[in-house]
Amino acid sequence: MTPSSEAPPDAAELRARVAAFVAEHDPATTDQTEFLAARYDAGLAWVHFPKGAGGLGAPRALQNVVDAEFERFGFVPVDREGLVIGLGMAAPTIAAFGTPEQRDRFLKPIYTGEEVWCQLFSEPGAGSDLAAVGTRAVRDGTDWVIDGHKVWTSLAHRAQWAILLARTDPDVPKHRGLTYFLCDMTAPGVTVRPLRQMTGEAEFNEVYLDEVRIPDSLRLGGVGEGWKVAQTTLMNERVSIGGRPEPREGGLIGIVSDLWRSRPDLRTRGLHEELLRLWVAAEAARLTKERLRQQLAAGQPGPEGSATKLSFAELNQRISGLELELRGVEGLTYDDWTFRRPEKPDLLGRGPGFRYLRAKGNSIEGGTSEILRTIIAERVLGLPPEPRADKDLAWKDLPR
Amino acid sequence: MSESELNLLYSEIEQELRASVRELLAHRCPWQSVLDRVSHHAPAEVTDRALWQELAELDVLGLFVPETLGGAGATAREASSVAEELGRAVAPVPFLGSAVLATGALVALGTAEEQVRALLTDLAAGQRCATLVVPLPTAPGSGFPSQVRADGSQLTGTVPGVVDALSADVLVVPALGAEGPGLYLLPADQATLSPVVSLDQTRPLAEVTLTGAEATRVAVGQQAVDAVEAALLTGAVLLAAEQLGTAEWAFDTTVAYLKERVQFARPIGSFQALKHRVADLWVLLAQARAVVRHAASALAADSEDLPLAAALAQAFVSEVAVKVTEEAVQLHGGIGFTWEHPVHLYLKRAKSASLSLGTADRHRARIADLVGLPPAP
Repeated sequence: MTPSSEAPPDAAELRARVAAFVAEHDPATTDQTEFLAARYDAGLAWVHFPKGAGGLGAPRALQNVVDAEFERFGFVPVDREGLVIGLGMAAPTIAAFGTPEQRDRFLKPIYTGEEVWCQLFSEPGAGSDLAAVGTRAVRDGTDWVIDGHKVWTSLAHRAQWAILLARTDPDVPKHRGLTYFLCDMTAPGVTVRPLRQMTGEAEFNEVYLDEVRIPDSLRLGGVGEGWKVAQTTLMNERVSIGGRPEPREGGLIGIVSDLWRSRPDLRTRGLHEELLRLWVAAEAARLTKERLRQQLAAGQPGPEGSATKLSFAELNQRISGLELELRGVEGLTYDDWTFRRPEKPDLLGRGPGFRYLRAKGNSIEGGTSEILRTIIAERVLGLPPEPRADKDLAWKDLPR
Repeated sequence: MSESELNLLYSEIEQELRASVRELLAHRCPWQSVLDRVSHHAPAEVTDRALWQELAELDVLGLFVPETLGGAGATAREASSVAEELGRAVAPVPFLGSAVLATGALVALGTAEEQVRALLTDLAAGQRCATLVVPLPTAPGSGFPSQVRADGSQLTGTVPGVVDALSADVLVVPALGAEGPGLYLLPADQATLSPVVSLDQTRPLAEVTLTGAEATRVAVGQQAVDAVEAALLTGAVLLAAEQLGTAEWAFDTTVAYLKERVQFARPIGSFQALKHRVADLWVLLAQARAVVRHAASALAADSEDLPLAAALAQAFVSEVAVKVTEEAVQLHGGIGFTWEHPVHLYLKRAKSASLSLGTADRHRARIADLVGLPPAP
């Protein structure tokens, strides 16, 4: 192993570190949790995090190098789907704003998967306008007392911990009166109920917070700085993109294309035209995602991530709609309305009716397509903001 | 090479090449001068031969020509970056006819024959210009052109809509003879060239008539068929790159206008109805860039995937370029409908280019064929 120095490690040094690590911990025989814990201790969990926090202070782009290297040695972690909030949102935010104690307490079990996290952000009255959240946090000695109602919380029924955005000061404009907390989901006063969606199943929950006490030591960032902290969380939500190229016809377009190939009886001229248009659009979207992946791997992140989300939402909706039309009488059926609680939506495994309905959520979840268009226009293209009524008014005086 | 391994980024060399071409064009070919040329010159005089010579001095006319044949020995990726810049400037130069279609056909011959080598060397140096004598709407995969017949070494036929013929010194002519398909060379002054008043004035077209014109055959049979197909595929890919550049200029100019144009006491770019439209265009352009890079890399690598990558590029980017330039006109309001504002040059280029080397519809049909999605009976 290269001796450690002040300069952050480069790709070659990271490869050497992975090789040395794997020599000590055989991926084939080591228990996954143990392996991940050791990887965290070695600074090879998130190499761009600081030393002692699972990282080595390396450039972010080099994380891809490390992941690819571990994969080459045969280590691909399994059962990580339930950890997306912890890994993708809580960890980078805690790394950026957490106290040393908070980092020590939370980052490692997030990485190993021993603690599941959820996100308590959206509310019935604060969807696209997230900064309008009304869940109150009131100081009481060394604690904060939380009262409110959160929605669209995936994994809340399984989570030990949550990232929470709450209002600590209703008397200042909305962006300035928010504070960010880490909330124990097993604390008294936390009630989780499934939120059944139009597909019949419940991926999400509503969470009621009734006089939940959170110690001030679990506040992340300063009082009133919650919006700034939340930006880090949301930024990371949008940059998450897979490390491996997606194959041609890998998504929904593959299902419809195979159906077209195997069922000549279903073919019509109009649907052929639509299928080809969607095939072209899907392939363009796939290559765009692949280009973004190559940019990230080369350390040149671009704003194209929001383009990818927008176009996949529209494509999934159009392709799943086409599939129903193509199937004719089968398109009138639905595979199963039974209420259930899936880990994640199974777009490829479920029936065409499910795909059609679930895809409706794609342009709403994680930022509506309309909000994304505004973000692209204002932040990427630099167009001026719309005049706003809510910027200088105290939150409590806003129309609602 | 697997298609997923194709590099979709721009190399440093490509970025340098792009910067030097952009600098030259900013200086020598601002839109004011393009507008002036199309306003005051007959079709045969629109082409800027002096500018072509300056581009030759930058060594960008023979980028994918092997060094042994007088070229720069780079690849189609670099040529694609240059095509983007030429599209961005709607430069009135014979790039498509001479540096892409004619050059593409001759390079595909893979011959060291003196006449071909000398011509390629001259084309790369800008000493001579050439074009491939096919109707510009001809799509790759549509079979060997049949407009011209060869009787021995004499060619007869009429070919409409030939790009860059008016500035060509040499014509590269696919013709059918007693021995089947052949590829022929002849001096342009041996043909009758009738200028066409074209929709895209920056890209002059002519009808080429040959009446027993004496020509030299440089390929016959499958070699000639392959050379024409290679030229059309090269053209489809590099035209898509040019279309991307055309669309990017229209987009950038529109976004700038939305920031500065004030109505109702606000910059019009602050209206959400307009913001969302340009956001959608930005998404399409990001996708077009990935599709063009993919096609250029497939061409550079001579990938098995090239016919599909080229068809995808034309099917997708043609429609994007038309959409972006049409929106650019609308979002400019009144000024966008005038002659004095250059956006019409871009609309005309984009619309004409969408018919060139196959419409999007033809390319979708080709994709259907290539990936096994047969039409309804």
